Amino acid sequence: MACSLGKKHGRGGEYGTVGSRAIAVGQEPVAMNHKRVSFTLDSTLETVNSAEATASNLATEAGFADDEVMKIAMAVREAAINAVLHGNAYDPAKKVLLEFERTSGKFVITIRDQGKGIDLTAIPDPLAPENLLKTSGRGIFLIRSFMDEVEINPSAVGTEIKLIKHVHGPAVGGKEASQ
Amino acid sequence: MTMKSNTRQVDGVTIVDLSGRITLGEGSVILRDTVRDLISKGNKKILLNLGDVNYIDSSGIGELVSAFTTVRSQGGELKLLNLTKKVHDLLQITKLYTVFDVKDDEASAVKSFSR
Repeated sequence: MACSLGKKHGRGGEYGTVGSRAIAVGQEPVAMNHKRVSFTLDSTLETVNSAEATASNLATEAGFADDEVMKIAMAVREAAINAVLHGNAYDPAKKVLLEFERTSGKFVITIRDQGKGIDLTAIPDPLAPENLLKTSGRGIFLIRSFMDEVEINPSAVGTEIKLIKHVHGPAVGGKEASQ
Repeated sequence: MTMKSNTRQVDGVTIVDLSGRITLGEGSVILRDTVRDLISKGNKKILLNLGDVNYIDSSGIGELVSAFTTVRSQGGELKLLNLTKKVHDLLQITKLYTVFDVKDDEASAVKSFSR
């Protein structure tokens, strides 16, 4: 399935997309000490898949190990599902903002929707015995499981979730070792 | 990679060989439709072979739970076979590993269904 990541607003480097895989071009990872890129996306299933693929590519470029890349990509997928499905409810008039920021110590992904704002007190514990057989409600739990820090900021004009993965170790061969 | 589903019968048990991703959208829908179709045809002993499923998201997990409870409510049994490490780890952290009856050998899994 061919898809790309809509409007992009890059700072500190150029990102582009090819086919179903978003790729980063223009700068080597060693030059990625501080780099930010953001996308404005439609509220579609394609956005969920593209966000995941882009997260995977950028996390790989940032030097994370394969299992960490998988966790980051999955957390971004779950956050994108929440934004598209629960936040914007597939409303074509509402957009999803997706931003990746790479600093020397952190890889930060911000996802913002234009929904009514999630009620954090209404999210049940998916590990509670009475909730184990529920068919939904595991997204935020998985996000918290896979990332080092998670900030969720709901408001009347949407929910912003910030996913943070720490980068550990010195630069080695143009890449930085991750946990 | 989209999900593919193939069913076969072994000693009264329906084995569903799944491959690809069980995720929001097509993958979850294929799994749901497959299980509903089997139940409607009276096939209530179902073994989901996840050996070639390399990725499941929260929607896919929900679909597995839904399949499990749907089959059980119809008096049947649904078991899982050949989990990949990723899927195994996901079921562990969501505490679903002990909810599902998970098998790693097809022949013994088939025999484990009630007669």
